[in-house]
This record gives sequence, structure tokens and C-alpha cells, in this order.
Amino acid sequence: MFSRTIGRLLAAAAVVLGVASLTFLLLQVAPGDPARHLAGPLATPEQVAALRDRLGLDRPVLVQFVAWIGRAAVGDWGASLATGRPVRTMLAEAWPWTALLVALSLGLSYLVGIAVALVQAGSRRAADTALSVLSVVLFALPGYWLAVMLVWVFAYQLRVLPAFGATGLDADYLTPAGRLLDQLRHLALPLATLVLIGLGGAARFVRGALFDVRGEPFMVAARARGIPEPRVLRHHLLPNAFGPVATLLGLSLPALFSGTVFVEGIFAWPGVGRLLIDAVKARDYPVVMAAATVSALLVVAGNLLADLARSWLDPRQRHA
Amino acid sequence: MPDRRLLADGRALSGLLLLGAVGLLALAAPLVAGYDPVAQPDVVATRFTPPFGHDGLGAFHILGTDRFGRDVWSRLVYGGRVSLGTGLLATALAVVIGVSVGLVAGVWRGRVGLLLMALTDFSLAVPRVVLLLLLAALWEPSGTLVVVVLGLTGWMGIARLVYGEATAIMARPFVTSARALGAGRQQVALAHVLPNSWTPVIVAAALGVGNAITMEAGLSFLGLGIQPPAPSWGSMIASGRDTLINAPWAAVAPGAALVLVVVGCTLVGDALRASLEPGSE
Repeated sequence: MFSRTIGRLLAAAAVVLGVASLTFLLLQVAPGDPARHLAGPLATPEQVAALRDRLGLDRPVLVQFVAWIGRAAVGDWGASLATGRPVRTMLAEAWPWTALLVALSLGLSYLVGIAVALVQAGSRRAADTALSVLSVVLFALPGYWLAVMLVWVFAYQLRVLPAFGATGLDADYLTPAGRLLDQLRHLALPLATLVLIGLGGAARFVRGALFDVRGEPFMVAARARGIPEPRVLRHHLLPNAFGPVATLLGLSLPALFSGTVFVEGIFAWPGVGRLLIDAVKARDYPVVMAAATVSALLVVAGNLLADLARSWLDPRQRHA
Repeated sequence: MPDRRLLADGRALSGLLLLGAVGLLALAAPLVAGYDPVAQPDVVATRFTPPFGHDGLGAFHILGTDRFGRDVWSRLVYGGRVSLGTGLLATALAVVIGVSVGLVAGVWRGRVGLLLMALTDFSLAVPRVVLLLLLAALWEPSGTLVVVVLGLTGWMGIARLVYGEATAIMARPFVTSARALGAGRQQVALAHVLPNSWTPVIVAAALGVGNAITMEAGLSFLGLGIQPPAPSWGSMIASGRDTLINAPWAAVAPGAALVLVVVGCTLVGDALRASLEPGSE
């Protein structure tokens, strides 16, 4: 268990390093020059060259990369080309918002998804089919479209929820309780978008896992021995179905993060995804590098946690 | 291969009907559109016509017009060509790469196999959207770029599946006898392993098309995919989003079309999987 965890940690570190290298490489071969972008349309070639020199962009690629790794490792992520602010501060402000959104939507969509699948496993064929159709439709909804539709209904038609941002403009003047309510209202639409699209996939997968285990011989054997149904459910069905679910939880993190990037963009949610979109569009290389690395970190950490949860749920894997 | 079981499955039938209808409309776009998808006759007189309404020039629009007076229905069917086309091409590319990597790794194994599968696992762990954003934003956006980018970021699942199948098939007696009869690895790979590992690939590809279409529309939505004025469902949603208050239909229609296509792909994929793996249901 211990050596396996160490191995997983090393692999995770390799992935993060790999993403950083890949991002760096892509930025190098991509057309477009951040110095020219920063200097503006009126700059003379000499001014652009001076700026390139000043930013260290004219040094050999490998030197730049090693220098970046060295500085990143000690927490110096450089300064944003577009705003001049330290990248570290920008990320420190952004990542809790993304983590909040991801953690809440993952938890909620799986809770509701598992509940829906349990209802399906215990209900008649017609109800099961109806819920399956519903989960396929939810699964098929593109996050960005659902977000736009929710804004249309709740922000423009009903006018009950804010359409963008994480806090209201008047947040500083509210009482603590009012501020909390304000944040919850801003959280509602982005969270609902992510939960609804995650819910479909979760319900589909958990239903599949439940139905797979239901057909296993040990289930028949348990019932044949006269074990009461609730006990069969608790001790035989659920523990065996939740192993694959824990794995999927980890595997769905990259997809969920993809959804989060779109949702953050649409709702102007001040997280890492929005930072990444803005930085990519503005050719803000230091921010792109940092945001890509941090998103890889988030995804890899989630996969690690799912792996650990899986071996904790399944005693057979503890000694593997 | 899929047989009567598949046709008896309600999911396959409804999925195929859905996809067939959308595909047919997209193919027949010049016949069913009625209007030029990029024409802007008299923007002020024709824009924001509601569905089933007549615009200021007296022309009928079944799904209304957008903010430039363009017919939403015509843009929808022409956009379907773009969406289905890029989705299919990107998935085809992903299948080619995935099958090649999985096959080579599974049949040849050794150091090359290890390296290829390590590359696959690494690519699986990379957040796809980060790569998509980088690739699409840093180069000049175009349809070709979108297909290449989606193909290059979508092959890993298929490679894993084919690798798994190949490893299992390589241990089967008929491969051993083929090897004993002097068949080279290349011949084993193409004549024995490939034909026997198609089934999971077909399922993955059916589901992958839906995913690729969603991603393409997502990129176009962010302005990083197919460029306006060419109609694409993603850019239609993005443009309709700005006029949600007075013309919500411009954003509703393309999204609904997207959902129909993805539901179709998912149903077909599910039914295929059920018919190919009896006992899974």
C-alpha cells in the first residue's frame, strides 16, 4: 500500500511536469509574440526587441524552461504580462473559487446521481426507462448551452438570480448574513449547470454498476440463504458497486474541469478556468503556464484521492 | 457483430432515427434551408423575427431570424453539416491514432509498447480542455485545426481499449498457431488482432462522435472554432446568447439540435454495447 502510494505520487508529479513542459513547448511553437502583443501596435521593431530582451524571451528555449521550473518550484511564478500583477497572487485568488465549484458540483451530482440510480434499481421497468431517458438527456446537455438557458430563464425571465460574478457590487456594504446570501445567489446558476450535466453521467454509470452486481451469483446466494433484503443491499450490493464508482469519480474530474472552464467563462466566475481563457486570449504566457500547471495539479490530485478512496472502500485492494 | 438483437433494442432504433433525420437534413441543406445561411438582406427590417413569423419584408421564417436578420432554420441545417462533419472527421482521426497505438503496443509490446502506453496514460491525465484552449487559441482558428485538435486529444480511450483487446487476443491459441505457421507480427496484427478488436472501438467511436460535436461547438462558442459568418451550432449559441432578452430562439434552436445529436449518439452507443456484450444488462 505504502510503496504503491509513493509510486502513484511519482507518476502524478511526472504528469504535472509533463503538462508544464507541453504547455511551454506549445507556447514556443505557437505563432504570435507576447512582446509584440504587450508593446502594442505603435511600437517600433527596436522597442519590441528591447522588450523581448527585458522579458528574457530571446534566450534559448531550454534555458527559459529550466529557469521557469526553477522559479516555479520555489513559488515564484513570475508576473502577468497583461496586468503586471504577480501570477502567484492571481492564482491564489482564483483557485479557491474553482475548487469550491468543482467540489460542490462533484459531491452534489454524485449524491443525486446515486439516489436516482438506486431508485431505478428498485423500481419497475417503465420508471427505470423514464429515468434512463432523463439521464441520457442530461448527459447530452452541453454545459455552455445549459448555462445560457439557465441565465435566460432565471436571470432574464424570472429575474431571481444574478447572471454573472461571484459577489454583488454591493457586497462590501452587506451584513455577514447578507453577504453569505449574496454569495449563495451567485453560486446558484454555475453550480446548477455543473450539477445537472454531471448528474446524468453519474446516474448512468451508477445504474450500470448496480445492475452488473445485481446479476452476480453471490447476490443470488445471499438471497437464497435468507438474508433480509435491506441487509443484502447494504452489505452485498452497495460495497461491490461503489468501487467502480469511486474510480469514475476520479476519472470524471478532467471532464468536470473542462465543464468548469466553460461555466466560469460564461458566468464570469473568478476561478482558474476564467483566468486561463483570458490569459490564452491575451497571450499572457506566465499566466497560461501557471494556470495550466495548476489545473493539471487539481486533476491529478483528484485522481489520487479517488484511487485512495477506492482502496479504502475495497479491502481486497488494501494489500495489493 | 450486431444483429437482430440490436434492431429489437428501442434505444438503437430511436437513436438511429434521430441521427438519420439530423444527418439527412444536414446533407439536404440546400434543398430544405430556404434561405442563404449567411445572407443579411435588410438587417433592420428582418432581424429578431420570432419563430413562425414574417419579417419586415414579408418573408416567412419557421425558426425566426437572428440579430443580423439571418434565417435561424437555414443556419441550423447548414451548421449541422459543420457540426456532424467535424465530429465525424475528428472521431475518425481519433480512431486511426488510437487503433494504431493500441495495436502496435499490444502486438509488439516490449519497450515500444511500454513507451506508447505510458504516453497514452499521460495524455489521459492531461486536462483536455487546457490543451484544446491552447491549441485553438494560439493558432489561427479553422475547421481543419478543430478536427486535428479534437482528434489529437481524443484517441487515448480507444488506444487503451484496443491494447486491452490485443493483449487478450495475442494469448489465444489461434494467434499462437498463426505464429507457428510463420506469420509475422504485422500479419498477426492486421489479419487476426485488428478484426477481433473492432467491437469496443465501434462503441467508443459512437460515444466519441457526440463528445467531439459538443467540444467543437464549445470551441466555436468561445470563438476559437469555426469562424463566423459560417454557421456552426456553437457560434450560433454564442451569438444568440447576446440577444437572449429579445430573441432567445437564436440560442435555443442550435442547443436543442446539439442535444438531439448527442442523445442519438449515446443511445446508439449504449445499444451497441448491450448487443456486443451480452450479459452486461
